[in-house]
Amino acid sequence: MSARETLAARQISRDDSLVGRSIVRPNIRRHTEGGGHFVDDIKLPRMVHVAFLRSPHAHARIVSIDSNAAARMPGVIHVATGKDIAAISKPYVGVLRHMEGLRSPPQYPMAVDVARWQGEPVVAVVAESRAQAEDAIQRVDVGWEVLPAAVNMEKALDPSEPVIHESYGSNLCYRQIVDTGGVDEAFAQAHLVVEDTVNIGRQTGVPLEPRGLIAAYNAADRELTVYHSYQSAHLMQGTLATCFSMEERQIRVIVPDVGGGFGIKIHTYGDEVAACALAIILNRPVKFIADRFESFQSDIHARDHRVRGKLALDREGNILALEIDDLTGIGPYSMHPRSSSIELLEVVLFTGGNYKHKLYRARGTVVFQNKNCMCQYRGVGHPVAFAAMEHLVDQAALKLGIDPAEMRRRNLISDDAYPYTSPSKTRFEILSHQKCLTQLLKLMEYDDLRKEQAKLRKRGIHYGIGLASFFELTNPSPLIYGMGGARIGTVESCTIRLDAGGQIVVHTAICELGQGAETIVAQIAADAVGVELSSVKVISGVDTLSGPTGSGAWASRQTGTVGEAVLQAGLTLRKNILDVAAVVLQTSEEKLDIINGSVVMKDGKRGGNVSLLELARIAYYRGNELPSTCEPLFMATHQFRIKDYDFVFSNGAAGCLLEVDPETGFIDLLKIWCVDDCGRAINPKLVDEQIRGGMAQGIGPALLEHCIYDDQGQLLTCTMADYLLPMSLDVPDIEVHHVQTLTKTSALGAKGIGEAGASAPPGAIMNAVNDALRPFNAKVTRQPITPEVVLEALGKISQVSSVSRQA
Amino acid sequence: MKAPRFSYARPDTIAEAIALLTRFGEDARVLAGGQSLVPMLNLRIAAPSILVDINQISALNGLTVEAEKVHVGALTRHAHIESSTDVSKYLPLLALAMPHIAHPAIRTRGTFGGSCALADPAAEIPACSVALDATFVLAGPNGERRVPAQDFFQGALTTALKSDELLTGVEFPKSKPGYAAAFGELTRRKGDYAIVGVAAHGFISQARLSDLRIVIFGASDRPVRARHLESELEGKEASSECIRRAATALDADVEPRDDLHATGETRRYLTRTLASRVLSDLMKVGVS
Amino acid sequence: MIEPKEVFDISLTVNGERLTRRVQVRTNLADFLRHDLELTGTHVGCEHGVCGACTVTLNGKIVRSCLMFAVQADNCEVQTIEGLSRSGVIKDLQDAFVQHNGVQCGFCTPGMLAAAHALLQQGPLPSRERIRDFLSGNYCRCTGYQAIVDSVQAAANQRARSSMP
Repeated sequence: MSARETLAARQISRDDSLVGRSIVRPNIRRHTEGGGHFVDDIKLPRMVHVAFLRSPHAHARIVSIDSNAAARMPGVIHVATGKDIAAISKPYVGVLRHMEGLRSPPQYPMAVDVARWQGEPVVAVVAESRAQAEDAIQRVDVGWEVLPAAVNMEKALDPSEPVIHESYGSNLCYRQIVDTGGVDEAFAQAHLVVEDTVNIGRQTGVPLEPRGLIAAYNAADRELTVYHSYQSAHLMQGTLATCFSMEERQIRVIVPDVGGGFGIKIHTYGDEVAACALAIILNRPVKFIADRFESFQSDIHARDHRVRGKLALDREGNILALEIDDLTGIGPYSMHPRSSSIELLEVVLFTGGNYKHKLYRARGTVVFQNKNCMCQYRGVGHPVAFAAMEHLVDQAALKLGIDPAEMRRRNLISDDAYPYTSPSKTRFEILSHQKCLTQLLKLMEYDDLRKEQAKLRKRGIHYGIGLASFFELTNPSPLIYGMGGARIGTVESCTIRLDAGGQIVVHTAICELGQGAETIVAQIAADAVGVELSSVKVISGVDTLSGPTGSGAWASRQTGTVGEAVLQAGLTLRKNILDVAAVVLQTSEEKLDIINGSVVMKDGKRGGNVSLLELARIAYYRGNELPSTCEPLFMATHQFRIKDYDFVFSNGAAGCLLEVDPETGFIDLLKIWCVDDCGRAINPKLVDEQIRGGMAQGIGPALLEHCIYDDQGQLLTCTMADYLLPMSLDVPDIEVHHVQTLTKTSALGAKGIGEAGASAPPGAIMNAVNDALRPFNAKVTRQPITPEVVLEALGKISQVSSVSRQA
Repeated sequence: MKAPRFSYARPDTIAEAIALLTRFGEDARVLAGGQSLVPMLNLRIAAPSILVDINQISALNGLTVEAEKVHVGALTRHAHIESSTDVSKYLPLLALAMPHIAHPAIRTRGTFGGSCALADPAAEIPACSVALDATFVLAGPNGERRVPAQDFFQGALTTALKSDELLTGVEFPKSKPGYAAAFGELTRRKGDYAIVGVAAHGFISQARLSDLRIVIFGASDRPVRARHLESELEGKEASSECIRRAATALDADVEPRDDLHATGETRRYLTRTLASRVLSDLMKVGVS
Repeated sequence: MIEPKEVFDISLTVNGERLTRRVQVRTNLADFLRHDLELTGTHVGCEHGVCGACTVTLNGKIVRSCLMFAVQADNCEVQTIEGLSRSGVIKDLQDAFVQHNGVQCGFCTPGMLAAAHALLQQGPLPSRERIRDFLSGNYCRCTGYQAIVDSVQAAANQRARSSMP
């Protein structure tokens, strides 16, 4: 360990360190007083509002657009078609070069000749108020030639289906194969083969604050400023520069408070690019705030996977081989800039990745269809992978008469096997599946719970207990997107300074979506320098003009990467402060420490103390007191990226208890337990809250949430009354415990946690429901697990509705 | 989405409201609590040119307990009914149903008459009013007329109200001694419209049921009396087993619809299950 | 005969302040508060009356401000989060939300606080189930609700303790 590493470890693990403590977020009181500052709260002089006419058809040619009547409506300032916007905005292509075969045609911000999903923007109306813009939209007359739509992903590759992008000859977007070899032999020799198909429905993220931005153009200097509810300011800056053929320095993106993101606000949305284009065209500020109805039609959707899985086992229940075939339909385009193939890729790479078997074969197919676009949303592929695998493991356990917990104990990768390379060649640095499982079972009082369950079963009360082991891709290296040609960075920077008032000011590009990102920055900075939390000011919000470059909130990466940059910059600042203090105190730097904002003698001798405030006063105002050889540098900067591994994985185990009413098919979720290992937990309470919030977003799709389309490609769930999100009675109390296995990829040792919670519930809940249904010899394999799905499994009804069968 | 343009009038009396409705006919809509109409306006599903806001008409507001009946003014808020001791005393079925309606902030504003005039097939109040044999009081340009609940609800979002009429209130016969009420519904989440619901009211003596009124809602296009089931159980000693067997009679009572949450087949099945449970509850209430 | 109008002059009290404004009748109360009065603490999450982010109090009772028109607040008394804050009546709830991390992104928070305040006015010491039931019309997409329930419960306990003789 280098001296620097030793110091880093010491600073964050002293008795009085803030890292590792559940510090209350210092900057949230304003939210309780209505003092949040969201995009829609901003008003600019001469600001106008845009609304979009969206395609009412899943697939249709635009024959004509007559906007004369609309243009004459009160308050209307401008009407623009897809062609008008295309004249100043280049199309974008959502492919990554390192994903061989991935294809998607250029996508324009608004439909130009053909609309390819219901909800695609077609005509933009700018007016003095949003209401007036909406009035005018009703007066736009679009002549449509309705085309046959490819809706069902299972049929998308059938020769009889309409081909969405003619030149491709089929609706195939991407195919991914993994094969270790030896899989067929393993299945041929297996004691038991378990086979099943799991369907995971389409869902979406529904941040409570809808997408929105204000774009303002300064024609004189050719500068575009965008206030954006977004997860990555620098990404949007790059995207807009490309679209408008401008230099990045001509584009400034400012991200104020963001009312939830979850991966929804990190993609290129045509309506948002079009709003920026309109600001340029009109040379006045344009506000676009998506309403909830259009959010459901245009915010990316996610999941919608059909996984066929097959497990080979020996007599003792050891898993010998796994085979999966995953299919997903992603809408008519692969989303820019991350592509819509990553979710499938993660299913293919990660299914079974927590288990010991060496033989694996996977086939993944991504198809185009005439539905809203799909892309990365909290959990990306993980919930699908773990639902499929955990289901197969439970089915195998059932057939072999082995308890599901024991089945996992036998098959999960041992904690001493790391570093470990999975059959899909995924490299895991250090995980703790066995330890998490052991702690989880203890936390759940698993054995007692089983006894209780048996007792209740005799009384006709059907409890189900479900387990799921999981891991999560976090802190990615440039391998994820950057090498594929996307302008998505993986470097994070921090500039930290001691200002003349004695305050430590920290500037990063961390994007606060409510996770508590800024609190974590403050805790690390305070420890690194040696000051109290109240002496640290973290600059809120991201501004591409004034702040450091960063990549934003995605892939559960900010704590691990921004945090490390803060730690290292803080250590440098600490050293710089001590250099000056040594001069002032006429001693050497090694003899000094900084405690609670004061420089003190390490040996505890009195008389040698000087506060950081006093040092700052000397340096900034009374430099005459310093020898000319002393040049204070009360500002330090550090940049950090993950190097030694492609990704830093975290992991955990979750369990759930629920009751199934076999007469109605209703499910009552009673309790969830989770043991997670995200390496060093900087703020355990905030880690708990990420797990809980994530789990709510895993419970939703498991039981309630579903984007339902009819067979014409019409989305039927466009309001919050139809798209059922979990409410306060639908999420039980969730007990969270932590294991902390530090990563060595950074001195901080923190892995990510933001998405892990969403990954476990689909598997754990499905296993619990099937556990409850065991006496009835019934099982469910389709999510959301609606009462109807349960009743169908129980044979009480002949089949679920056709819309529910979509998943 | 924002509401489309409309003109707005706020009468102080029933007569003024009717004059406006008479003048504007189909172009006008009555705005009561607005908890269903305003979302429809905000989605631009509804676009009336005139809104007649009846919230200032004090004559429409409140509960009146008379010798034989309870009059519920059309503008009486859900929250008021929910917390009314008169309602729990004289109309126990209604008291059971109120907490199932949406959420507290909606119940502050939502009105009794609004829920009836909207006539959502899955709504609680219309079902209770059929179960309790309520009478709807409609005021029009030619005076008042009274319509039995059974005839008021004519289909999904369709009632006996004419475009120039205003629902002023609903009269309920007071629940008599020996009568019991039970209510249940199956919703995906608390406060959602019911996939299916059952409101039941009847006389129980020595474990025998009579004068039963069982109403199924959420299953058909309007709340429907389960007459086959009622006659199946009339005068019987109703054990759980007996109820369960009788519930198959419901198949002749409802013709359930398909929607996002359930097929007609599922609804039919759930109706039987729920009715059995609600009637068992009714027996328990009656005995205790 | 009353003549229907598209524009109306209204007088109302907002956060204790008497106001007179001319409004388009189609402007809902949430938009009026946010854009006309610039009280941006009231948030709009759906405009369908489902999410609860726009919850304010009207004559002392909680309502969805997206489900009524500003013109209907004529002669009424409206309290938004800004007013509830300034008056100090929810200080304990606000403290509890901060202490228990009942806030993540902050978008649901003003509506959630208004609803929680209404609950605690109904009686002391609600159970967790009762809190969950009462808040069921207010969506939070970040917390999974537990921290919010903890916050409300803590404030209720505090009130019960401080009201004991």
